[in-house]
Amino acid sequence: MSILVNRETRLLVQGITGREGEFHSTAMLEYGTSIVAGVTPGKGGQSALDGRVPVFDTVAEAVEQTGANATCIFVPAAFAPDAMLEASAARVPLVVCITEGVPALDMLRVSHVLRASGTRLIGPNCPGMTSVDEAKVGIIPGNIHARGPVGLVSRSGTLTYEVVQAMTDAGMGQTTCVGIGGDPIIGTNFIDILDMFNQDPETEAIVMIGEIGGEEEEKAAAFCAREVRKPMAAFIAGRTAPPGRRMGHAGAIISSGGEGTAESKRVALEEAGVRVADSPSHIPQLLRDAGVG
Amino acid sequence: MKLQEYRSKEILARHGVPLLSGQTATTPEEARAAAADLGGAVVIKAQVLVGGRGKAGGVKLASSPDEAEQAAREIIGLDIKGTTVKTVLVAPAADIAHEYYLGLILDRSSKAITIIASAEGGVEIEETAKTNPDAILSLPLHPLIGLQEHEVRRVAFVLGLPADLRKDFATVLRGLYAAFIESDADLAEVNPLVVTDDGRLLALDAKIVLDDSALSRHPDLEAMRDLNEEEPSEIAAREAGISFIKLDGSIGCMVNGAGLAMTTMDLVKLAGGEPANFLDIGGGAKQDKVTAAFKIILDDPNVKAILINIFGGITRGDEVARGIVEARAALTRDVPMVVRIVGTNSEEAKPILAEANLITAESLDDAAAKAVAAAGAAA
Repeated sequence: MSILVNRETRLLVQGITGREGEFHSTAMLEYGTSIVAGVTPGKGGQSALDGRVPVFDTVAEAVEQTGANATCIFVPAAFAPDAMLEASAARVPLVVCITEGVPALDMLRVSHVLRASGTRLIGPNCPGMTSVDEAKVGIIPGNIHARGPVGLVSRSGTLTYEVVQAMTDAGMGQTTCVGIGGDPIIGTNFIDILDMFNQDPETEAIVMIGEIGGEEEEKAAAFCAREVRKPMAAFIAGRTAPPGRRMGHAGAIISSGGEGTAESKRVALEEAGVRVADSPSHIPQLLRDAGVG
Repeated sequence: MKLQEYRSKEILARHGVPLLSGQTATTPEEARAAAADLGGAVVIKAQVLVGGRGKAGGVKLASSPDEAEQAAREIIGLDIKGTTVKTVLVAPAADIAHEYYLGLILDRSSKAITIIASAEGGVEIEETAKTNPDAILSLPLHPLIGLQEHEVRRVAFVLGLPADLRKDFATVLRGLYAAFIESDADLAEVNPLVVTDDGRLLALDAKIVLDDSALSRHPDLEAMRDLNEEEPSEIAAREAGISFIKLDGSIGCMVNGAGLAMTTMDLVKLAGGEPANFLDIGGGAKQDKVTAAFKIILDDPNVKAILINIFGGITRGDEVARGIVEARAALTRDVPMVVRIVGTNSEEAKPILAEANLITAESLDDAAAKAVAAAGAAA
């Protein structure tokens, strides 16, 4: 088993004919993901990726014709809110938005509408997810994974790759790796994913990669203490980040009042029984210490 | 992006929030003229984006144009937490009967614009949150229908405002909300909101922080950016499309991805060094960006070594390696460089880096240790 995506995933790509969309869709196809449709308004009837994927004008038409059950969005920030709403209106159950730089007020409305309609939104400003050897949706490099018993959830992109690579190099494979996104307003938070991993029979241990800003890690820690009985390890980025400055990600900011520090998150997680690493490279050993692998 | 007080007040005034706007001045003479123009007692306030200007001597009362000129002379040029005051706001003084706090924030956990209000105004809300959390009302608003009348009434009652001021309060809160929405803010606050001795409700100070992701649709607000308060290197980075924050250490960092960039800084510290900056070069890491990043990092004379950490996913490691070597050849100042390239084509990158005499590292921990050693040897 795995979470969110698997061999049954029939993926639609919004923005498939753009530079990013085309590049990453090709990589997803090569990984074995079943891409059944692309959507680019005005290019309906054409095909993408060397004739391998039909292109439609609207998401509704793509879903009707192909039975797509997930979408990956690569459109520019100005059009991404509308793309998410279009996918939800067409009743696509899983929406993964890679786009960075979506205004927060737009996301308040979009995330509310999607939640109310039962659409699962991952992102925005996220690298997507890979269910190892089953399906890859997004931009995580496929070659860093190995199949195994560990589920991973992260707010980051390349830092996720760093941790996945460290695990794979140490012989510790993954079920699913999910990047939930670095923005302040995102569709799916740590707790949602931790809950899925907790219920997934094949996931035996969980790795959580957090960073400064907000209090989602602290809330996740409370959830772990209450619900999760699987071994866990974590890493929190930004111990050296100064307060009041946005560290690249829109959501990565310690408030001037001192909320959202790496230290606060580390303490909360450790109190919940989660082993917190000083370096990403220590994560495999921490999991071994907890009896994994 | 944070806006200065006088800019925030301009925006609130446009939305009908009652306030004493005043005039800005950049010289003591201008401050004197402004005070004479306004008449009566005035407050001279340093326009800086850092907090705590009052304690730092950046706010002074003046009862005459002479005093205003003198106060401005003392404030202009003052260093407040590393920022030199260039501009002051000269505003009419108010006789305060009571101070309140009123703010709107984008609350991440409730995924809502949230009203924060307290009858204990004039102090930072973070301070009240620590000392007297029960004195703070926190009220999330519906993301689709926004501020409703019953919410306005509730805040007015909780604050204990005099009955005859409730209508004026509605104007303040509705104006603040409209300003928040129309400027795509992260935060809009009035602190203090005051009732004066003669029974008027006024916004005496204002702060608006804008959502950087929405600035592209607000060119008028982007024009309010105060370049005086930004590091020149940070301005150059923004223009080059690089995410950069200057710090005080000696090890320059160049990384792809924000989370990995923070982690690289953390590991430099763990290895006994101090990072000189946060720098996320973004995806692709093309040569022109590498060149711009080198220049920005090396403009800081404290930098004694550079740690380059690239996780090649989309990016091919050998291309990045060639970009680094070529960009480095054009540099006017050189420091030891530790390069770690992993992921796609990292094997092909190795001979390129070795030939250019760059220090290489396999793991991030190793790279951080080597950078700290190199900076120590160069110091």
